Amino acid sequence: MSSHKLDSKVPSGSIDQKWNQHKFQSKMINPSNKRKYKIIVVGTGLAGSSAAASLAQLGYEVSAFCIQDSPRRAHSIAAQGGINAAKNYQNDGDSVQRLFYDTIKGGDFRAREANVYRLAQVSTSIIDQCVAQGVPFAREYGGTLSNRSFGGAQVSRTFYARGQTGQQLLLGAYSALMRMVGLGKVKLYPRREMTELVLVDGHAKGAVFKNLITGEYESHAADAVILATGGYGNVYYLSTNAMACNTSANWAAYKKGAFFGNPCYTQIHPTCIPVHGENQAKLTLMSESLRNDGRVWVPKKVGDTRPPDQIPAEERDYYLERIYPSFGNLAPRDISSRQAKNMCDEGRGVGSSGLAVYLDFKDAIQRDGKSVVEGKYGNLFDMYQRITAENPYDVPMRIFPAVHYTMGGLWVDYNLMSTIPGLHVLGEANFSDHGANRLGASALMQGLADGYFVIPYTIGNYLAASASKKIETNHEAFKEATEASLIRENKFLNIKGSKGAMEYHKDLGKIMWDSVGMSRSEAGLKKAISDIQKLRHEFHQNVNVPGSAKGFNPELIRAFRVSDFLELGEVMARDALERNESCGGHFRDEFQTEDGEAKRDDENFCHVAAWEFQGVDKAPNRHQEKLEFENVKLSTRSYK
Amino acid sequence: MNNSNKNNMTIHLKVWRQASNKEKGKMESYTLSDVSPDMSFLEMLDQLNLKLMKEKIEPVSFDHDCREGICGMCSLMINGHAHGPQLLTTTCQLHMREYKDGDEIVIEPWRSRAFPVVKDLVVDRSAFDKIMAAGGFVSVNTGSAPDANGTAIAKVVADEAMDAAQCIGCGACVAACENGSAMLFVAAKVSQLSLLPQGQPEAASRVKSMVAKMDEMGFGNCTNHSECMAACPKGISVEHIARMNRDFLKSSLLQ
Ligand SMILES: Cc1cc2nc3c(=O)[nH]c(=O)nc-3n(C[C@H](O)[C@H](O)[C@H](O)COP(=O)(O)OP(=O)(O)OC[C@H]3O[C@@H](n4cnc5c(N)ncnc54)[C@H](O)[C@@H]3O)c2cc1C
Ligand code: FES
Repeated sequence: MSSHKLDSKVPSGSIDQKWNQHKFQSKMINPSNKRKYKIIVVGTGLAGSSAAASLAQLGYEVSAFCIQDSPRRAHSIAAQGGINAAKNYQNDGDSVQRLFYDTIKGGDFRAREANVYRLAQVSTSIIDQCVAQGVPFAREYGGTLSNRSFGGAQVSRTFYARGQTGQQLLLGAYSALMRMVGLGKVKLYPRREMTELVLVDGHAKGAVFKNLITGEYESHAADAVILATGGYGNVYYLSTNAMACNTSANWAAYKKGAFFGNPCYTQIHPTCIPVHGENQAKLTLMSESLRNDGRVWVPKKVGDTRPPDQIPAEERDYYLERIYPSFGNLAPRDISSRQAKNMCDEGRGVGSSGLAVYLDFKDAIQRDGKSVVEGKYGNLFDMYQRITAENPYDVPMRIFPAVHYTMGGLWVDYNLMSTIPGLHVLGEANFSDHGANRLGASALMQGLADGYFVIPYTIGNYLAASASKKIETNHEAFKEATEASLIRENKFLNIKGSKGAMEYHKDLGKIMWDSVGMSRSEAGLKKAISDIQKLRHEFHQNVNVPGSAKGFNPELIRAFRVSDFLELGEVMARDALERNESCGGHFRDEFQTEDGEAKRDDENFCHVAAWEFQGVDKAPNRHQEKLEFENVKLSTRSYK
Repeated sequence: MNNSNKNNMTIHLKVWRQASNKEKGKMESYTLSDVSPDMSFLEMLDQLNLKLMKEKIEPVSFDHDCREGICGMCSLMINGHAHGPQLLTTTCQLHMREYKDGDEIVIEPWRSRAFPVVKDLVVDRSAFDKIMAAGGFVSVNTGSAPDANGTAIAKVVADEAMDAAQCIGCGACVAACENGSAMLFVAAKVSQLSLLPQGQPEAASRVKSMVAKMDEMGFGNCTNHSECMAACPKGISVEHIARMNRDFLKSSLLQ
C-alpha cells in the first residue's frame, strides 16, 4: 500500500537541534498582520485552552468552542496524578535525553523520535508557565517544588497538585484563556458540538457547529482549524473518560480526508474501581500513585472465596512482584493490566464478579502508620469508600483494569498538521507522541506542550505559506456542510425505533471490550468487525431518538456520537487485525513470547498505520509512515 | 452484578420539568422500581430516562460529565439541598444507598436569578465565566515565565492557596444561599491568587474587577450565613470571603 501521502516533515539535523532549527527556519508573520488571520480552536481542554490563549496573545483572531457550559469543564479537569517535566530539580539524574528515552521505550518504540524529543525539550517551560499563572503545585517545606516518581519512572520528575493536577493545570490554562476573552481577543462559544469540517480547495477553512441550547447550526470560517477534542476511550462505553468524550469532531475530519493514525492503540489502566452492575455508566480511576505503597495480589488457589483477611500470606500470590521482581507493583500500565486479566482468566479473581484483584495497604500501614498513608492517599481512600461502601484502611481495595486513554488519533506531521492542509490536531486527539503505550503523567505534558509551545510556532508557518484566500460563511461549502448535518439529524429523529442510543452504545462497548480490549486475536477481531457492522446497521434502523431538532436535546447528540463510535470501532478492529505483532497496549494472542510477554515485529511493523476513509461501509485504506530510530536502539521492553 | 436484587428499591421522584427558558415549569412525579443501592444518583436518572423513552415521554435533561466530582457540571437541588444530603459530595458522587425503599426524592435545578434555567434541571452558569474573564487570572503571556523554582513559596501558603483553588465552579454556593450570592466562588479565586506571590502585582485590580462583575451579573449580597460553605462539595471555607473582604477594603483605600 502506498505511503507517498505521509510526509512527517521532520526537520533534518541532529535531534537536539531540530526544533530550534525548525523554529528559526519557519516562515514568520508580521505582528500587525496576525490579527488578519482567524483561527478556530475546537476544544478547551489543556491542549485547546493553552493553544487558544497563546495564539490570541500573539495577535491572531481566535474563536474557541467546547461542549460543556464552560471551558473549565473539559475532561482534562479529571486528571489526578501529575505532569512530567525534565527539570531535574531532584538531582536524581533526569534530563531531556532521559525523558525522551523513557517515553520512546514506554511507547514500545512506536512513536516518532523527533516529536518525542521536542516534547521532552519543552516540558520544562510548561512548569515555569503554570507556576507563573498561579498553579499551586505541591511544595517542600523549604518552598521549592515537590516531585514524585510516577508510573514506573526511575526518577522523580512528576509535578503534582494533590490528587487534582489536571484540574489545577486546566484552571491555569482556562484563566489564560478567559483573560484573552475578557480582552476581546478570543470569542468563546460554549455548548457547541462540531458536526462538520469545511474544506475549500482542499484546505480546512472552517467548521459547522450545533448550538446545543437552540439546536441551530452555526457556520464559522477561518484561515486554519485546530482540533483539540480529546480521546475516544468512550468507544468502549465504560471508561474512565468523562461522559461527553467522543470522537465526533475527529471523525468528521476523518471523513473529509484526515488520516486516522494507529486507532487500535488504547490504554487500559490497571487501577480502576471494578464494575458494580449493569446500569453503570462510568468507571472511576484510582490514581496510579497508589501502587507506590499498595501491593497487588490474588489468592494462589483457584476459586478461593475466603475473605482477604482469612487468606494467609503464603496462600497469596503477589503476582507483579513475582513476575517482575525489579519493577514489582510499579510495572507499566499495559503490563499490569494484562496480568490482572490473566489472573482473573485463571479463575483467581476476587469479589462477587471474580473480575477484580486486591490492592492491599496493610503492609504500608504497618510500616509507616495509618496517618502517613492517610496523608498521601486520604482523598483517594475517601473516594473509594464513597463508591464501594468499603473502608480500604481495613479491607484491601478491589481494582480492575479499565479503558483510560487512546494513543491513536488523527495523524499529524511534525507541525501537528493533519493530512488536510490547515487542519491541526493537538492533545489526545492526535496520534503523536506516545507510541503504543503512554506513560503516566505524560498526557498533560503533551497537551500543554502542543498548545503553549508548539502550535504557536508551527501554525504561522502554514499561514504564511498558504495563499491567504479569505473565505466567508456564505461560501457554498458551508451551505453543503449545514445541509449534511440537517439531513443526518432528521434521519435520526425519524427512525423512531425501540432502543435508546445508550443501549446501542453499551452493546458496542461489550464487543470492543471483549474483542478489541486487553488481548486480541485474529478470529475475535474478524468477528468483532462483522458484529459491529451488524449493530451499526440495526442502529440506523431502530434507534429511538426522542425530542426535536430544535432546543436542548442531549439524546440527539448522544445518537450522533454513538453513530460515529459505531464506525470508529470497526476501524479500530481493522487496525488491530492488520497489526500482526504485539506492542504496548496492543496485545495479539498470536504474538507473544514464551513467558506471555508482548512480541514486537520490528521488521514488518515499525511503522505508523494511518487509515484513509473510503466510505462508511467500505474498508478504509491503510497507509504507513515508517519510523526511523537514529538516537535510540530498538530493544525488547523488559521490566523483569 | 444483578439488576433485580432483593436489596433493590422503589423510589418516588418529583422532578422539575421546564421545556425552555421561555416556558413555565412544573413538578412531575415518576416512580422508578429496581433501583440498586450501588447505583449512583445519576445512574438512577439514566434509568429513569430509559424508562421515559420507552414510554415515549421526553427524557429529563440534566448536566453531568466527569461523574467523579471534579468537573463541576452536575448541579441538582435534591430535597432542598444543593448536591443532596451528603457533605463534601457532588451530585454525581452521591449513591442510592443513601436512600431507602419507598423514599420520595424531589429534584430541582439550581435556583438563582443569575443562573436562568435552560431546560428541566439544566441552568446557564455563564455568569461565572464572565467574572473570571474580568480578573480571575495572572496576566502572564506564554513564554515569559521565570524558572518555576525562582520564587520559594512556603508550603503552608501553597497548601492554603490549593485549598481555595479546589473550587469546581459548580454553583452550589449560589444555589444554597438565600440571597443567591457568589461570594464564595469569587473569594476562592481572589484568595488563591492573593496568597501567592505571582498574584500580587494585580491583587488590587483583580478583586475590584471581579466584585464589580459579580454585582453586575445579578448575584445577591453576602449576609454571612455560611450556607455556601455547608453546601460546597469541596469544603471551601468562608475564611476566604474574609480575606477577600480585606483585599477589597485595601484596594479601595489605595484608590
Ligand atoms: C481519570 C483520568 C485521569 C488522568 N490522569 C492523568 C494524569 O495524572 N497525568 C496525565 O498526564 N494524564 C492523565 N490523564 C489523561 C489526560 O487527562 C488527557 O489525556 C488530557 O487531559 C486530554 O486533554 P485534551 O486537551 O487533549 O482533551 P480534553 O481535555 O478531553 O478536552 C477536549 C475538549 O474538546 C471539546 N470537544 C470534544 N468533542 C467536541 C466536539 N465534537 N465539538 C466541540 N467540542 C468538542 C470538549 O468540550 C473539551 O473542551 C487522565 C485521564 C483520565 C480519564
Ligand atoms: S459530573 Fe463532574 S462534578 Fe459531577
